[in-house]
Amino acid sequence: MAEQVLTQCTVGGPVKVTVRDGKIVSMRPIIFDKTDKGGWTIEAHGKKFSDPRMTTLNPYVVGERMRVYSENRIKYPMKRKHFDPKGERHPELRGNDEYVRISWDEALDIVTGEIKRIRETYGAAAITAMASSHHNWGLLYYKMGPYPRFYNLLGYTELLDNPDSWEGWHWGAIHAWGYYWKLGHSDNFDILADGLQNCEQVMFWSVDPNTSAGGYCAQDTTIWRHWLRELGIQRVFIDPYCNATAAHVGEKWIAPRPGTDAAMAEAIAYVWIKEGTYDKWFVENRTVGFEEFKAHILGETDGQPRTPQWASKICDVPAHTIIALAREWAAKRTMLACGAMYGTGGACREAYATEWARLMVILIAMQGIGKPGVNIWGGVAMGAPLDFNFKMPGYASAGWDAFATVAKKPAYPNYNKVTQKVYRILLPEAILNPPIHWRGEGFCGQYFDQNLKAMTYPEPGPNGAEIKMIHRHGGSFISTMTDTNRWVRMYQSPKLEFVVMQDCHWQSETKFGDVILPASTNFEHQDLSEWTAPGGYGHGNAGTNHRVMIYQHKCIEPLWESKPDWQIYRALADRLGFLEEYDEGHSEEEWMRKIFDYSDLPKHISYEDFKKKGYFVVPLPDDYKATVSNRWFYEGRPCDTPDPMNPNLGTDKAHLLATYSGKIEFVSQSLTKFDPNDKERPPMPRYIPSWEGYNTTKLTKKYPLQLITPHVRFSYHTHHDNKNPWLEDIPTHRVKKDGYAWWPVRIHPTDAAERDIHDGEIVKVFNDRGAVLGIAKVTERTRPGTVHSYQAGAKYDPLEPGKAGSIDKGGCMNLLTPSRLVSKNAPGMACNSCLVEICKWEA
Amino acid sequence: MTRYGMIIDITKCTGCYNCFLTCRDEFAGNDNGNYAAAQPMSGMNWMKLIERERGQYPKVKVSYTPVTCMHCENAGCIKAAQNNAVYRRPDGIVIIDPVKAKGQKQIVSGCPYRVIEWNEEKQVAQKCILCAHLLDKGEKVPRCVESCPTGALIFGNLDDPKSEIAKLMASNTTEALHPEFGLKEKVRYISLAKKFIAGTVIYGDIDEVAGNITVSLSGDGQTRLTRTNGFGDFEFEGLADNADYTVMIEASGYKAKSVKAKTLKDTYLGEIVLKK
Repeated sequence: MAEQVLTQCTVGGPVKVTVRDGKIVSMRPIIFDKTDKGGWTIEAHGKKFSDPRMTTLNPYVVGERMRVYSENRIKYPMKRKHFDPKGERHPELRGNDEYVRISWDEALDIVTGEIKRIRETYGAAAITAMASSHHNWGLLYYKMGPYPRFYNLLGYTELLDNPDSWEGWHWGAIHAWGYYWKLGHSDNFDILADGLQNCEQVMFWSVDPNTSAGGYCAQDTTIWRHWLRELGIQRVFIDPYCNATAAHVGEKWIAPRPGTDAAMAEAIAYVWIKEGTYDKWFVENRTVGFEEFKAHILGETDGQPRTPQWASKICDVPAHTIIALAREWAAKRTMLACGAMYGTGGACREAYATEWARLMVILIAMQGIGKPGVNIWGGVAMGAPLDFNFKMPGYASAGWDAFATVAKKPAYPNYNKVTQKVYRILLPEAILNPPIHWRGEGFCGQYFDQNLKAMTYPEPGPNGAEIKMIHRHGGSFISTMTDTNRWVRMYQSPKLEFVVMQDCHWQSETKFGDVILPASTNFEHQDLSEWTAPGGYGHGNAGTNHRVMIYQHKCIEPLWESKPDWQIYRALADRLGFLEEYDEGHSEEEWMRKIFDYSDLPKHISYEDFKKKGYFVVPLPDDYKATVSNRWFYEGRPCDTPDPMNPNLGTDKAHLLATYSGKIEFVSQSLTKFDPNDKERPPMPRYIPSWEGYNTTKLTKKYPLQLITPHVRFSYHTHHDNKNPWLEDIPTHRVKKDGYAWWPVRIHPTDAAERDIHDGEIVKVFNDRGAVLGIAKVTERTRPGTVHSYQAGAKYDPLEPGKAGSIDKGGCMNLLTPSRLVSKNAPGMACNSCLVEICKWEA
Repeated sequence: MTRYGMIIDITKCTGCYNCFLTCRDEFAGNDNGNYAAAQPMSGMNWMKLIERERGQYPKVKVSYTPVTCMHCENAGCIKAAQNNAVYRRPDGIVIIDPVKAKGQKQIVSGCPYRVIEWNEEKQVAQKCILCAHLLDKGEKVPRCVESCPTGALIFGNLDDPKSEIAKLMASNTTEALHPEFGLKEKVRYISLAKKFIAGTVIYGDIDEVAGNITVSLSGDGQTRLTRTNGFGDFEFEGLADNADYTVMIEASGYKAKSVKAKTLKDTYLGEIVLKK
């Protein structure tokens, strides 16, 4: 029996893969051996805390072999039965057509034929393409490698991402503390030791790290939050749902109505100002605009003091609880566990989420962000002692061409000849109802005002063109974007002449493609990468105990007729005559060697040994010196964190933040310059009643329940659900009834009783945008009036296939969420501002 | 001698299901000869996770209890089997012989913990083997233990006094899931969820929480004291089932208040308002 143990990496941790007779039979975490370095011990309050000498796994990765061999793999190239590229295309049948198996040659001929025809007829701008987040893992051969290199060389309309997991921070917090190159987040260097040693309390405000810190980082930091408990550091959770982390280590759960967190934040500031319990030195020396904020909070501006009693009516949290919260916060050295990557939650994905995010910055500033024990600590999920000076690119280090770091001719930036851009969350409107306008160029990390830039599609002038072809590369926007019946309508438009879907699995969106190309998973090709590290804007975002470099071995041959993405795009480039430019004549492994040589790995290990061992743990230098995030700012020193993209480095502003004033801004100078009269994102943040929420009483008469849809725990977006059947035996994830695995809908007993709904019954969740079936979980973990159901159910299963607005049986809650953006100038998605009604489903 | 055992620390269990999934990863479709026939690709649960929601909004806790074969010294399955089809190894691991146990469905009901399952396809009873096939190859721990991200599963040699498990066993903090079965289980627990009574104390006259005041609890033959925290919250954990308790709240300048509660379930008494 031929057996090999190889290494690979996934979105939920590195794995050792046992391959027997050419088949993957198990996957395990990596247990470090005696030669591996990177160990550390933190002493706090007489106790010692050391790094576990292993990597961890996220649950969905434990079953990864089931996903690799899933029945839902796309096995062969397919063509939609009624799609004839030379005749009738029948776009109206997208989503409700059959598929016929075709050869790779035929599939590639159709795709390249359409690319040529559309370019010749409408121009290069008439083609767009887009990956979605995280369906595989890698550096070169992942989402920012093969596909964007191909399209940048070809020329295409870039489809800009919205920062879907942290909208409020991106569109709001940048205007309070700069950090645009972090896309609105603070970094979290060396905060673990500071937290364990110096803080007395952690406020987990709208954050569930046991669920979402796992993104990329597996469960490496779960033990840290247990350490908080061991040390008696108080853990407070603010969330309408008693989330997975609160259920594990929570001491106090405060549950405001969805959409009202900003009011609670203002009331906390009120108590601090009234009682004088804020850091006056910091406010005076490190912030601007406090006097105006103070006048506003005290009601001197509009006659409404932001008292706890005022907030109580809005949040439906007792005023005495809000007062106690404010006093506890002021009395104890407190970390605020949001505002950094892996510290994102529902309150940043709702109407006017910019306001809450900016108020979070303001609150932690009022307590002196950066002093020992007082900081932003996203989810208590980043900040181990790690050597970030060790050089290794991430998949996003070179932007939209992962090869660019080592390529003779980088395809990004400034290569794509098409300047037109379109925006993901508005793609259906762009196709169906152009022109469209929005502010902000997707991920706005290049310069401060990028998030304010006026955008129009189609681009005015001769270079713009309406999009006629979409090439979707992995994942599904149905069930991850908002009001996703819009995608159904879009795909059925005759204006879209050609849709190609390239993926490993049949996703909810795949059945809208004209041609389907079967891609293989990263277990079917090789790559090398650093676990969790995106690079680029995500530099230093490591929610792990170690930096681990992985040689991603090819474990098995591509299954069925699937091919690695790299080979698919090579074949397309070959047919279109630019293969030599595309791969520069290098093999898969030659590119890997180039990355290896570029990195710091050769200083420690040979390529051959790295390949043989499969991983390398980055050592911690003997003279490692902790540089705590924001400490330099508190102390007025030049930034000393390993943050090479900080634009102030090496200038006389190196001790300042990147806001216009260089300080934390209670009243944003950038927003004052942009539009002082923007009532939806005014220069000074405040609670603004949602355009859809408990307060929109006309709508609540019809749809009285607020639906929140946080990130899902047992799937990375849509990439594991409906692919690994083992997950359907986890009742948090899906519940089987009558032979079907239903998506749980969590409802409070009082709301359930009013509707005669019992635990385990099938219910219909609905509003004017759609209707989704699920299985009722009657629970005390959701506050009354609020319904909780995870996003990203990957089983769009319309009772009437191909019909927009059909009842969905599979649990795609994002069919119900609103497409309206955070605010008129803040183009984020606001999925948690969603009203619904629920009833029993008896059909 | 080596005698294996496992301790499950409930305080560290986050309900991530890694143990459950890892067990499937090890055994589903993978034949392990004399140790265990391959599990079907889906449907078996040698490691289960029991999730229990405790309390009422807004005082809610969740306990997760991993449950697997307890490798009992008085194993009911061994007694239920014919032909020595279930046996205990010298290291204490209880194994169902996949050949001898064929057709012996009664083994399933021999276990009061109900952790033995029937493999319909192979016509054999199956359960956790503590990854004996890996231990015999020199591995240190079963797969579920390896994949637990918080170290909630503690495995080792009970006969090695230096081992973590032996120390914990000696510390008197562990208990069997069902001591009333009297099975001498080798899998034991720390901090199994019992019942709690909790509440929040408010000063009625000023509508503020009453922090740092004394709360006492009496009942079930004991009296316990605690103090409210900065949110006015108090909590008594680890109470007996179905017992009558009285909670007494005292703060100077206010009338004392007593509240009765019965621990049929975890109970949040809500806001208790003190009056002058």
